[in-house]
Amino acid sequence: MLIRRPADIAPSEITARELFEGRREFIRRAGLGLAAGAALWHGLPAPARAADALPRTVPGPFSIGEPLTKLESAISYNNFYEFGVTKSGPERNAHRMQVRPWTLRVEGLVCKPREFGIEELLKLAPMEERIYRLRCVEAWSMVIPWAGYPLAALLKAVEPLGSAKYVEFVTHYDPAIMNTRQVIEWPYHEGLRLDEALHPLTLLTFGMYGELLPNQNGAPVRIVVPWKYGFKSAKSIVTLRLLEEQPATAWIKQAPQEYGFYANVNPEVSHPRWNQATERRIGEQRRRPTLMFNGYAEQVAQLYQGMDLHKHY
Amino acid sequence: MNPPTPSPVQLAAIKTAVFLLCLLPAVLLARGWFANALGANPVEAVQHATGSWALNMLLISLAVTPLRRLTGLHWLIRLRRMLGLFAFAWACAHLLNWIWLDLWFDWRAIGADILDRPYVSVGFAAFVLMLPLAATSTQSAMRRLGGRRWQALHRSAYVVAILGVAHFWWLVKADVLEPLLYALALAALLGARMWQRELERRRQLAAPPPLPGTPPKGRVIRIVPK
Repeated sequence: MLIRRPADIAPSEITARELFEGRREFIRRAGLGLAAGAALWHGLPAPARAADALPRTVPGPFSIGEPLTKLESAISYNNFYEFGVTKSGPERNAHRMQVRPWTLRVEGLVCKPREFGIEELLKLAPMEERIYRLRCVEAWSMVIPWAGYPLAALLKAVEPLGSAKYVEFVTHYDPAIMNTRQVIEWPYHEGLRLDEALHPLTLLTFGMYGELLPNQNGAPVRIVVPWKYGFKSAKSIVTLRLLEEQPATAWIKQAPQEYGFYANVNPEVSHPRWNQATERRIGEQRRRPTLMFNGYAEQVAQLYQGMDLHKHY
Repeated sequence: MNPPTPSPVQLAAIKTAVFLLCLLPAVLLARGWFANALGANPVEAVQHATGSWALNMLLISLAVTPLRRLTGLHWLIRLRRMLGLFAFAWACAHLLNWIWLDLWFDWRAIGADILDRPYVSVGFAAFVLMLPLAATSTQSAMRRLGGRRWQALHRSAYVVAILGVAHFWWLVKADVLEPLLYALALAALLGARMWQRELERRRQLAAPPPLPGTPPKGRVIRIVPK
């Protein structure tokens, strides 16, 4: 017989994470408020983060049924070279990044170039939860429940011109809080072909595991392209530019013989450094075979019909 | 004045202490493994740690000779074999972790990596070159080979170190700072040897020729050709 006992602490008794994390800010503001007296009372901003949560999500399409990677692993094992070249560096250092206020500028070959505030972006389309595989070019992988909506929704809002063929993403770069050694070219640039960017799998992402993105995972807004190696999924995006020519990306500039523009997950095309036939799923003992297009061949294979994927790696 | 030489008892104590000190990172790594404290990708963490320590110990063992010459503490040579064998043990652990925990004896993938990936090729070559050094590390092997041949063979430790640093340099994706530091340390250690050799050459050139009929004192290793 299964006896279900209530948890020791009722959910209502737990301080919301946003409030907890905002405690210092709260104390600081309280102090400021006291010192400045009643005159300032009406000028005090509302606690920034409490009101600033991930909107309610609905289950989105394309989610897979594989076990989720532990949250702890997903937030402590990151590639975000601006915050350090080790896997643990981003978790230690990314807190320095201010993610509010944040604007995303959409420019280039669009009818309506403009800036979007993060609050507006969060409400632009219904927020969906999508459980995707994430495959890094370094031959490890995770399964992550993202929260976002198709990038296509944003692109529609700005109306790309007929001449637009590519989308370029530019990551936030602030030398005051980030690595100043030019390990790779900063700010980080990535890009997609427009049809890839408009594909319903391509997710403009704001959250994971039911909460806003942690900074090391690319807060406050990133791209997730699940059929490509992880470095294509640019983090902490500040500019989105529509172009006619294929943009130069950070990794291609770093090592053109190693990284291609497409970077589709492909077990048959091995990288000079890593055999791509298998991968280590974080948390698993043994390697598993890597799937063509990371298991999304059914959805995306037609994008590359007639292309030699050994040449366009 | 010669610096003091430890007595046999003191030397045994020093050797034990160095042995335990060298063992410490292995104990910490094993503890991290069993406590599940090596992060999200423990196999990779072990791969990096064992590789780093193999290089560290290799460079430390190569530091013995320059340090001896610099300080006059000639008994340091008595520690060198142990330091070199620690480097070999870390290299074995590095290789074993890769073959076993990373690739689970997927011999096809292992073979392909060694052949296709230059950084694996040089790493593997470094390991293979360490085998004869470890095999001839005993007193009896040294006697069998004779001092000169033994020394000539063991000079390949320089090649092992160069290959080891190249292995590290090549596998790094973007930031070569850490392998660069290793390369500089190795260059300093090899440079010190070349400098010593040059000094010795000059000394021999400047020395008056020995009187005919008098046997040389001690053993003269001639650098300057006759």
